[in-house]
Amino acid sequence: MAARAETAQQTKVNRGRRTDLTGYLFVLPFLIAYGLFLVWPVILGLRMSFFDWSLVGTGTTDFLGLANYRELFGDPDFWASLWHTILFTLLSTPPLVLLALGLALLANRAVPARWFFRLAFFAPYVLPVSTVALIWVWLYQPGFGLINSYLVSLGLPEVDWLAGENVAMISVVVVTVWWTIGFNFVLYLAGLQEIPEELYEAAALDGAGSYQQTRFITIPLLSRTTFLIVVLQILASLFVFDQIYIMNTSGGLNYTVTRPIIQYVYEQGFTQYRVGLAAAMSYVFFVLILVFNIVQFVLARRRRREA
Amino acid sequence: MTVTEARTPGEIQEKTEGSGRRSLGNWLAFGVLLLAAIIWLIPLAWAVDTALKTEADTTAVPVSWIPASGFTFESFTQVLRAGNLLRWYFNSALTSSAITIIVVVLASLAAFGISRVPFRGRSLVFWVILAGLMVPPQVLIVPLFTEMDFFHLIDTYPGIILPQIASPLAVFIFKQFFDGLPHELEDAARVDGASRLRIYWQIWMPLSRPVIAAVAIFTFVLSWNNFILPFIMVTNTEMMTIPVGLATVQSSYGVRYADIMASAVLGGLPLIIVFLFFQRQIVQGIANTGLKS
Repeated sequence: MAARAETAQQTKVNRGRRTDLTGYLFVLPFLIAYGLFLVWPVILGLRMSFFDWSLVGTGTTDFLGLANYRELFGDPDFWASLWHTILFTLLSTPPLVLLALGLALLANRAVPARWFFRLAFFAPYVLPVSTVALIWVWLYQPGFGLINSYLVSLGLPEVDWLAGENVAMISVVVVTVWWTIGFNFVLYLAGLQEIPEELYEAAALDGAGSYQQTRFITIPLLSRTTFLIVVLQILASLFVFDQIYIMNTSGGLNYTVTRPIIQYVYEQGFTQYRVGLAAAMSYVFFVLILVFNIVQFVLARRRRREA
Repeated sequence: MTVTEARTPGEIQEKTEGSGRRSLGNWLAFGVLLLAAIIWLIPLAWAVDTALKTEADTTAVPVSWIPASGFTFESFTQVLRAGNLLRWYFNSALTSSAITIIVVVLASLAAFGISRVPFRGRSLVFWVILAGLMVPPQVLIVPLFTEMDFFHLIDTYPGIILPQIASPLAVFIFKQFFDGLPHELEDAARVDGASRLRIYWQIWMPLSRPVIAAVAIFTFVLSWNNFILPFIMVTNTEMMTIPVGLATVQSSYGVRYADIMASAVLGGLPLIIVFLFFQRQIVQGIANTGLKS
C-alpha cells in the first residue's frame, strides 16, 4: 500500500518535472531572443555609460564613473534637446487626442461613406516616415510650396515654415498630426462601438438631444479609451525622432529649435563617437520614461479600483 | 424591439439603421468630415501631381495643379531606372517578412507555454516578459549597435532582423487569446496521448488564425516602416530599407522635386496597396491590439 502510494507520488513528481521542462522549452526560444536583443543591450548600455567608450577602433574603455553623467547635466544642448522633446509632446498630444475624438464622434453618426473617411484619415499612418517628411518639406517650401502659394493668393504673407524659429516646431506638430491621427481615430471608433445603443435610446426617450447624449453618455463612457489614447500618445510623442531628423538633415528644418533628445543621443553616439556619453543620455531619458510609466500605471490601477 | 446583435469584441461595425434618419445634424457632420478628409488627402494628391509634372513645371509660380507642359511619367521611370528603389523594396520585403514570421513563431510558442503548460515559475516568466514593454527600443540604439558590430552584423540582413524579433507585446496578445480558449479541446487530445507540441501546432494554431493575422499585420507594418533601427544598422546604400533609403534621396536628387515626389510616392505605394486590400483587418487589428494593451 505505502509503496504504491510512494510510486504514485514519484510519478507525479516526475510528471511535474516533465511539465516544467516542456514549459521551459516552449518559452526558451523567445527568452533567448529577449535576452540577447533586449535585456543584454539594457545591461550593456548601463555599463557603457560609466566608461569612455568609443565606437571607433578597439573601443578605449577607461572607467569614468559618473563623469559622463556629470558632463551631460552640465551640457546646455542636452537640456535644450530634452526640452524640445517635451515641448513636442505638449504641443502634439492635445490635437492628436481631441481632433481624433472630434472626428470619431462625427464619423460615428449615421453619415454616408464612412469607409471613405476611415481611409482618408488612416491612410497616412501606413506611409513610411520618409515619404511623409519628403511630402511635407515640399508643401512647406517658400514661393512654389503649395501652402505658401495659397497663403499668398489669399493676400496673406508667406510663412517660413521650415526655418522660422517660432514656427518650426509647429510645422513638425502639423506633420505628425496629419501622419498619425488615424491611429487614435481608429481606437476611438472602436471605443465608441462598445457603448451600448440602448443607452442612447433610453436617453432619447428622456428627451436628451444629441449634444446632451454626447456630453453625458459618450464622453464619460469613453474615458477608459481616452486614458489609453493619452498614455500611448504621450509615449509615442516622447520618442519623436524620425520625422524631425529627416526634416532637419535634408529638409532645412530649423535644427536649433527642434532637435529632440533621441537625435542628440544619435549624434553623440554615431557622429561624435561619444558612445559612453550617448549611453548615459539614453539612460537619463529612460529613467524619465520609467517614471512616466509608473505614474500612468498607478493612475490606471486607481481608476480600475474606482470603477 | 430589435434583437441586439452579437458582436465580436472590438469589431468596428457599420451603423446601418437606428439613427439612420438623415437629420440636419448628420448632414452637418458629413460636411465637416468631408472638409477634413479633403484637407487630409490634399498632401497625397499634391505629391502625386508633382511627380507627374516635368521638373520645370514643379517650381512654376503661381502653382498650378495642371502643369503647362502636360503630365508625364518621366520621373517615375527615371527613379525606377536610375535609383535603388527596387533594391530597397526587396530589402524591406525580405526583412519585414522574416521579422513577422519569427515574431509570430517565437511569441506564440512562448504564450502557449505560459498559458497552457502549468510549469513552475511561469507567472514570473510572464512578468519578466511584460517588463520588456517598458523598454523602448529607441533608448537602446547605442548598445544595440555595439552588440551587432561585435557580431559583425552591420550592413547585413540579420543585423536589421534580429533586433526586432523579441516582441513582448506579441506574447501578451497571444497569451490573452490562449487564456480565453476552452480547455476541453486540449484535454481530449491529451487523453489521446498527443504531445504538447502537436497540440500547439495542430489544435491551437489553426484556432488562432485571427490573432496570428492581427499580430502578423501589425508586426509587418511596424517593421516595414521602422526607421531608426535599420538606419543605425546600415550604411551601405544597397542594404537600405525603403524608409532609410528614401531619407537619402533629397540630398542625392538636389532640387529635382518631381523625382523626389515620385520616389516618395513609390516608397509609400506598397503599404497603401496592402492597406486598400486589407483595410478592415488592419484597422480592426490595430484597434484590438491598441485597446487590449
